[in-house]
Amino acid sequence: MPSTDRKIKTAGSRILRKNSGCPIHFAGSSRNGWDSIIPTKISSIQRLFVPILASILLALSIPAFAQAPSPNRFTVVLDAAHGGDDTGGTLKDSSGAVTPEKTITLALSVRLRSLLAARGITVVTTRESDATVDDNRRAEIANRPGAQACLSLHATQTGSGIHIFASSLPPAEPSRILPWKTAQAAWVTRSLALAGDLNSALLHAGMTVTLGRTALTSIDSMACPAVAIEIAPEAATGSAQPLGPSDTAYQTRVDQALAAAILEWRSNAARTEALHP
Amino acid sequence: MIPRHQTVLFFILLAASIVMGTVLWQLRARAHERLLAGMETTPTEAPLVAPPEQATLYFANDADSSLMTEVLSLPLPPSPNARARAVLGKLLDLYAMPNATHPIPGGAASVSQVFLLPATDADATSTPPSPAAKSTDTGPQLAVVDLTGAFVANHPSGLETETLTVLSICATLHANLPRITQVRFMVDGQPRPTLAGHADLTRTYLTADAVPTEGTHP
Repeated sequence: MPSTDRKIKTAGSRILRKNSGCPIHFAGSSRNGWDSIIPTKISSIQRLFVPILASILLALSIPAFAQAPSPNRFTVVLDAAHGGDDTGGTLKDSSGAVTPEKTITLALSVRLRSLLAARGITVVTTRESDATVDDNRRAEIANRPGAQACLSLHATQTGSGIHIFASSLPPAEPSRILPWKTAQAAWVTRSLALAGDLNSALLHAGMTVTLGRTALTSIDSMACPAVAIEIAPEAATGSAQPLGPSDTAYQTRVDQALAAAILEWRSNAARTEALHP
Repeated sequence: MIPRHQTVLFFILLAASIVMGTVLWQLRARAHERLLAGMETTPTEAPLVAPPEQATLYFANDADSSLMTEVLSLPLPPSPNARARAVLGKLLDLYAMPNATHPIPGGAASVSQVFLLPATDADATSTPPSPAAKSTDTGPQLAVVDLTGAFVANHPSGLETETLTVLSICATLHANLPRITQVRFMVDGQPRPTLAGHADLTRTYLTADAVPTEGTHP
């Protein structure tokens, strides 16, 4: 079989010759003495295989990057509470329709994710659909990206306004290895500062806010500034009918206020630079 | 003509009947006397009622997420366990009333039992009580509150309302039995992850964290 030479122009505009006599023949070892490492013979099957392999590797790498954003980027974790078999509480709107808490928290999470992403903030969510996610899994997802803020979203029929809770764990000295059930203890001081920023933004938006501390398994295991935000029916003002957590307009107002609070939290360089306690 | 032996048998039987009737009459009289004597030994006094004492209850208010104190006069038994159950029963009775500031159905029957044990360190989840703590009657105590499944099933779901319930129970126990410094919860005698989907019931609560200053949020 006669040998056919083929010329290939590389990115460096150097003309290389491929020797068709050998299936894979590297120029560095060719008799012509080229020092570039270039396959000198690629069969048609190999020609197809290389782009397919590259595509597969690229496709596999995309979720990995999505799950583990760069630690230098400002990342927020949104935890839509409940989901799947765990419906949470039940809430009635003004028409008497019953909505499970898990549906409201997911709607809040999706809307807030869009608002934050539009402002250039990397968002990691614990669930994107009606799926069961246990508390340990939620904490795992929250702890992986080294987030600067973790918000656990809840809704309730009792009380009024917005309830913001930080962990009731006593503050503890940070250490390299944190106990899983009390990891939040090393971050609780910063969580209280985050709660303060959220409080200011929500008050600025004209909402009634209650600050408190609670024992919630999911945020107690989070190694990031973490707060639980519970949306209760709007506080009654005048003759206007107060909106409930299942009302879309109310959810949008709350999400916009939370997005503004996160921007404020990000802009405070003194807080966000210290990623670790 | 009646035969002689039949006449004799008739009088013998008549005499026996008279004797037996007399004996039975006397036995009945004695039984009646014994019955009357037994009734006299039955206590006729009313059972002793514990004297009313001042009890401090921490009421939760869903409207502003606060705990407020109220002092009531309650008959409290001398036993610490019974006293703890009595104050919690009164607290939950008031929560079960219409127009309660923190409505929870169930009432006093929602508390099955309250056990008082020697308390250990702040992290009492795994450390057994020390011999010194066991021997003393004046050391800090851990209260184990056993709630009924019906109470938990009917408790409103929500972070705020569940947190207020837990904190008001802890604060009320500490206010009336100051030796109680830690509180754990069980439901129908078994551990339970959460009260109604939110508040962690696997943790040991410190009463010092639950008692707020007057009118402030916990």
